[in-house]
Amino acid sequence: MTRIDNTPHDAVSDAAVTVRGLVKHYGETKALDGVDLDVREGTVLGVLGPNGAGKTTLVRCLSTLITPDAGQATVAGYDVVRQPRQTRRVIGLTGQYASVDEKLSGYENLYMIGRLLDLSRKESRARADGLLERFSLTEAAKRPASTYSGGMRRRLDLAASMIGHPAVLYLDEPTTGLDPRTRNEVWTEVKRMVAEGATVLLTTQYMEEAEQLASELTVIDRGKVIAGGRVDELKARVGGRTLRIRPADPQELRPTATALDEFGLTGIGKATADTETGTVLVPILSDEQLTAVVGAVTARGITLAGITTELPSLDEVFLSLTGHKISSPQDDASAAREEVAA
Amino acid sequence: MSAATLTSPVTVGEGRIGLRGNLRHIGALIRRNLLWIRQDPESMFDAVLMPIVFTLLFVFVFGGAIAGTDNREAYVNYVVPGLMAMMGMNIAMGVGTGFNQDFQTGVMDRFRSLPIARSSVLIAKIVVELARMLVAIAILLTVGFLLGLSVSNVPGLFAAIGLAAVFGFGIMWIFLTMGVVMKNAQAIQAMGFLVLMPLQFGSSIFAPTDTMPGWLQAFTDYNPLSSLADAARGLMNGGRPIAHDVLVTVIWSVVLTAVMAPIAIRKYTTKS
Repeated sequence: MTRIDNTPHDAVSDAAVTVRGLVKHYGETKALDGVDLDVREGTVLGVLGPNGAGKTTLVRCLSTLITPDAGQATVAGYDVVRQPRQTRRVIGLTGQYASVDEKLSGYENLYMIGRLLDLSRKESRARADGLLERFSLTEAAKRPASTYSGGMRRRLDLAASMIGHPAVLYLDEPTTGLDPRTRNEVWTEVKRMVAEGATVLLTTQYMEEAEQLASELTVIDRGKVIAGGRVDELKARVGGRTLRIRPADPQELRPTATALDEFGLTGIGKATADTETGTVLVPILSDEQLTAVVGAVTARGITLAGITTELPSLDEVFLSLTGHKISSPQDDASAAREEVAA
Repeated sequence: MSAATLTSPVTVGEGRIGLRGNLRHIGALIRRNLLWIRQDPESMFDAVLMPIVFTLLFVFVFGGAIAGTDNREAYVNYVVPGLMAMMGMNIAMGVGTGFNQDFQTGVMDRFRSLPIARSSVLIAKIVVELARMLVAIAILLTVGFLLGLSVSNVPGLFAAIGLAAVFGFGIMWIFLTMGVVMKNAQAIQAMGFLVLMPLQFGSSIFAPTDTMPGWLQAFTDYNPLSSLADAARGLMNGGRPIAHDVLVTVIWSVVLTAVMAPIAIRKYTTKS
């Protein structure tokens, strides 16, 4: 096999979630094609992959919503196939589409889930109030969830999945379809939960989100794990950050770009001036190169007002890990057919 | 596949939900359905307005023509038990559409990832629909009494209501199955009307069947709605043998439940 995979295959002692060889087929399409992963207790594992990679299928298997065709998965020591009832007691699920009852108020949603989780009336009331407060929804507590904004709905959804103090929380693309401000809102909440020691399996399509929230990453494509490891390890493997430097004087934008190109630092790609943002973009591979670029600019007597580095996009991560672009759904279908034919 | 077994040994029945827990869950879900009605009172229109509109419509528009203008009260006595049979069926349709919406919005995923019996969502829905059915029948009878309905056998009236509810319960499984299987609520409604209209009009609900052509009578005789309507008439006011019609209605209800309930439950539990 050519896949790059350093996921440990032996049981990890402090794993809250262990997945080995998980397979799920839908007709000819292999939604999951032998997935292995571990989520350590008190950490966030980001499962990164494009649309149709199998992320949601994975979460649905781990939440007992669907039964895998082969392989094994345990959550907090419970086998998801053989012990679904016990599994459901220890998990919290926040789906891709906020799964709150829109006709009920925020409070009633949480109260109902409290009762379904066997809390007493009093406990359910207290827990609902507490979580509404915590997720800044107290003012909107009595309004039907249908009147909530996208961000409020996600927060309510997060609150709903927290009611039972789950040992493991699944966040299935928690910010897909949200505007950047609302996304930050959700990130803040997730970071807070993590700081408090929650164990989270997070699926996402965004490298930025994975970097913001996850400590470890598993990259999947077409139902297969193609890479895994700590976020910084993976970034190192993928390399390629983009350095953005902002000359203090906008007039110096083009001269800066030209100067960098003339300087001819080895291994650094062509610098381009982005007049819209008033920055120069330089692709770099290492911190040494970053330092070298800054040095080169300073040597020319150009004052810098700002430096930022940007992570590669998911497309770029994929390209460097697999050598191919993110597969479109059509590719998936034809790939599945080829596999069957072979 | 490596055999990393972190699994604790499985004990049969471990984690099973007890009866008290089950009742509590069903109660919480019934509360949810009732809150829906409070939030969206229009959803009660079918249960509240339909009995009023249909009773007035049939008594005043068709009643005279069917039974003669002098006999309007006799027609009230004829049509109200018939409408009782119809109510159960029409209300049952709501169970399918409501259920379907739960799947669409993802709320069902939340319920199914909770440690509750999967059937409790189903049972709560059925309990609420049966209650809606009884509300509809109560309103129907109220309108009926205002228009001169007479009931000579009060226990019989309750037996008739019970029979309508039992039959409605049987029909409900069909709509529950449709709610799980079909794509959207509109499709269920369209399909529902397509099936309900001929069943309701091709029966003895609105008019005695003896003026219908022979082939149609063959259909109406086997139509459970005819049996239910005729049984309700006999139970409320006597004047006709009821054993056969009651038996046919009960058999239909039992068969519908026996056939459709397992299908509905299977489709519901395996839907991903």
